[in-house]
Amino acid sequence: MLKRILTARETILAAAILALLVLIAVRFPAFVAPSNLIAVFNDTSPLMLLALGQMIVILTKCIDLSVAANLALTGMCVAMLNIMMPGLPVAVIIVIAVALGTLMGMINGLLVWKLDIPPIVVTLGTMTIFRGIIFLISNGKWVNAHEMSPAFKAFPRAELLGLPMMSWVAILVILAFFVLMTRTSLGRAVYAVGGNPHAAVYTGIDVGRTKFTAYTISGALAGLTGYLWVSRYAVAYVDIAGGFELDTVAAAVIGGVSIAGGVGSVFGAVLGALFLGVIKNALPVVNISPFWQLAISGSAIIVAVAFNAQANRTKGRVILKQAEAAA
Amino acid sequence: MLMQTQTQAETDPVTRPTPVLALDGITKTFPGVRALSEVSLNLYPGEVTALIGENGAGKSTMVKILTGIYQPTEGRILVDGEETRFPTAQDAADAGITAIHQETVLFDELSVAENIFLGHAPRTRWGLLDWAEIHRRSSEILTGIGAEIDPATRLRDLGIASKHMVAIARALSIDARVVVMDEPTAALSHKEIEELYELVDQLKAQGKAILFISHKFDEIFRIADNYTVFRDGQYVGEGRIEDTDNDALVKLMVGREVAHIFPERTPELGDAVLAVENYCHPTEFEGVGFSLRRGEILGFYGLVGAGRSEVMQSLFGITRPSSGRIRIDGEAREIASPADAVGAGIVYVPEDRGQQGAITAMPIFQNVTLPSLGRTSRSGFIRLAEEFKLARTYCERLDLRAASLDTDVGNLSGGNQQKVVIAKWLATQPKVIILDEPTKGIDIGSKAAVHDFMAELAGQGLAVIMVSSEIPEVLGMSDRVIVMREGRMVAELGGDEMTPETLVRHAAGIRES
Repeated sequence: MLKRILTARETILAAAILALLVLIAVRFPAFVAPSNLIAVFNDTSPLMLLALGQMIVILTKCIDLSVAANLALTGMCVAMLNIMMPGLPVAVIIVIAVALGTLMGMINGLLVWKLDIPPIVVTLGTMTIFRGIIFLISNGKWVNAHEMSPAFKAFPRAELLGLPMMSWVAILVILAFFVLMTRTSLGRAVYAVGGNPHAAVYTGIDVGRTKFTAYTISGALAGLTGYLWVSRYAVAYVDIAGGFELDTVAAAVIGGVSIAGGVGSVFGAVLGALFLGVIKNALPVVNISPFWQLAISGSAIIVAVAFNAQANRTKGRVILKQAEAAA
Repeated sequence: MLMQTQTQAETDPVTRPTPVLALDGITKTFPGVRALSEVSLNLYPGEVTALIGENGAGKSTMVKILTGIYQPTEGRILVDGEETRFPTAQDAADAGITAIHQETVLFDELSVAENIFLGHAPRTRWGLLDWAEIHRRSSEILTGIGAEIDPATRLRDLGIASKHMVAIARALSIDARVVVMDEPTAALSHKEIEELYELVDQLKAQGKAILFISHKFDEIFRIADNYTVFRDGQYVGEGRIEDTDNDALVKLMVGREVAHIFPERTPELGDAVLAVENYCHPTEFEGVGFSLRRGEILGFYGLVGAGRSEVMQSLFGITRPSSGRIRIDGEAREIASPADAVGAGIVYVPEDRGQQGAITAMPIFQNVTLPSLGRTSRSGFIRLAEEFKLARTYCERLDLRAASLDTDVGNLSGGNQQKVVIAKWLATQPKVIILDEPTKGIDIGSKAAVHDFMAELAGQGLAVIMVSSEIPEVLGMSDRVIVMREGRMVAELGGDEMTPETLVRHAAGIRES
């Protein structure tokens, strides 16, 4: 059991993040000050939220490339709504954001489920469509900080027990996801569908519906993150979070989520996101050009995938008696 | 029951030409399994030899040995009387041996000509592919076998019969001397089969030796010159087709000593639990109707492709029937999905366990409880303690040996994976369990365990449907047997009617003589 925990992907990744922090702390002790670590966590919250959505979709052997576009469209919608109705309570805005994101996720899910279109094609298409819609509704104009109501901007920054609301939202979602993935039949179905779709069918699981649900959840998280993103940065425009969908895939893969589906954990995806978050925040501190960040995250992905491939390599049949005894 | 080997190869050996290819005393063992035991096979130029045997008799293993895919453990391979070896498939091809497989192995996205010459395409002197030559020779070969196919067509645009012709053309493109046809007519229509016969006659006329593997007696008597019979990996006999008849061949095929003891049971049949009425599917089967009682084991026998698994998949809701009704305990039930079937108390252990059975990246306990999570949850949340208890109960009932229920199923042996799948279904407390080829690919010891277990299930009042292609198993386990052929039920046998001969006769469509 101890061996299993020590060799688990999550442990190794957590150790890698710690090692990274120690390495940075040697030269810049300020980086590991609690307040800065909280800031890094807070800054990584959107990535963690989206990585969880991406994880549940990848677990079913699909992919969601539209998350960042979904985020941007939802963000633009709620920002414009805020201009039109500045008095609308934040709670209502969050509900609307989640509903919009959910709707977009459902569109992806329906196309994959009912029309059987390959997921990468569906979400590549909806990604472009969502971005196009942002342009249409905003006429390409920005929504700037002074146009947003103070309450709209205040929510993600409001602090509770020393932690910003944005971080609290991330923590709550992580916990909810943990329960969802390990303690509900939907969580089991997601793993079953990705692990062996044929067997899942023969077990009475509706594979298409499970994928649909995964996309819906991913969409809901993108919608939620859309509001948080726009209100935190206090700006909304067509290209916000451009290319961010790839970061979410990267976080999931680095966290040990198998791109072939069926393997992965909530904490893996969260740690994968944190790993990328630490790198992103540390590079400017240690005076390395942010452009290196891309190369470093790219290398991390390849290392992670190579790692997965090694772990999954079949060991062959145990025919020799002594080998059996050793195993 | 001891069978005397009716070797009819009493023709004077002097009058026989040297076989092009002879396999002599071939034994092939796999870890724990003896697939072939000192079998022999002779193929003569210009003659068709039929290789006959039940499923599992070792025919496919033999084909793999003579095409260089498997290496024999013992025995000699002789080409023109000279001993040789085929370390790789290429060596067998170089010796002029080519096989047309049951499911043709071709590439849909390539052209016909590319398919024919892939791997041995003629080259120009610059080492590039000689397309003109490839197309010229392709059309030459295709014309030669009477197939009017443009070599430039993409393979995916062809029908199944034409694809078969391409496979044959490919076999001929390497100037074969020995052509192996492994159940070539399985996927063909009546007219296409006639064309295939003509082709076989042509090949004979060209002096090629043909090994023809088939289950269908009418075919064998139509085109074969010689026969060789295998049974359970053993050579049983060979001879000239003209010297034999249906009855003698059936006897050679099925006659056996009963090496395997089946569990004794005194079936206590309860009420009818499942009634199937006139079940039809647009393309796979029609007019299937039967009833099943508690405590009964109903066998489904037939050749591979007779539609047995298709019927079972339909009963389990994987495919929808076009008409027909199902009653469970006398009550009509609509089964539109596997979830409906499980809800109605019907569960299905599929044949292809690797593909359709267990989820290998999941721990044992999660596999077992997957369809029963409703019972281990409270207000939508799984209670791990109850889940473990449920999984443990059924794993213990099946005597599943694993270090821990936390182990991923992928780390288990095939027999244990099978147990996980069965445990999964027993945990749903079904009324009817369908076992599709339950002992396929598992060793003798595990087979006996599966049989004992099946008897135990029936003893507890579960109704069991067993689809099996192994005659001893069907006869040893079933209270009643339904035989299917070409998508129809052709016989329902019970009691004394259940003999190996009647099963083979009905399955192969041989009329009483």
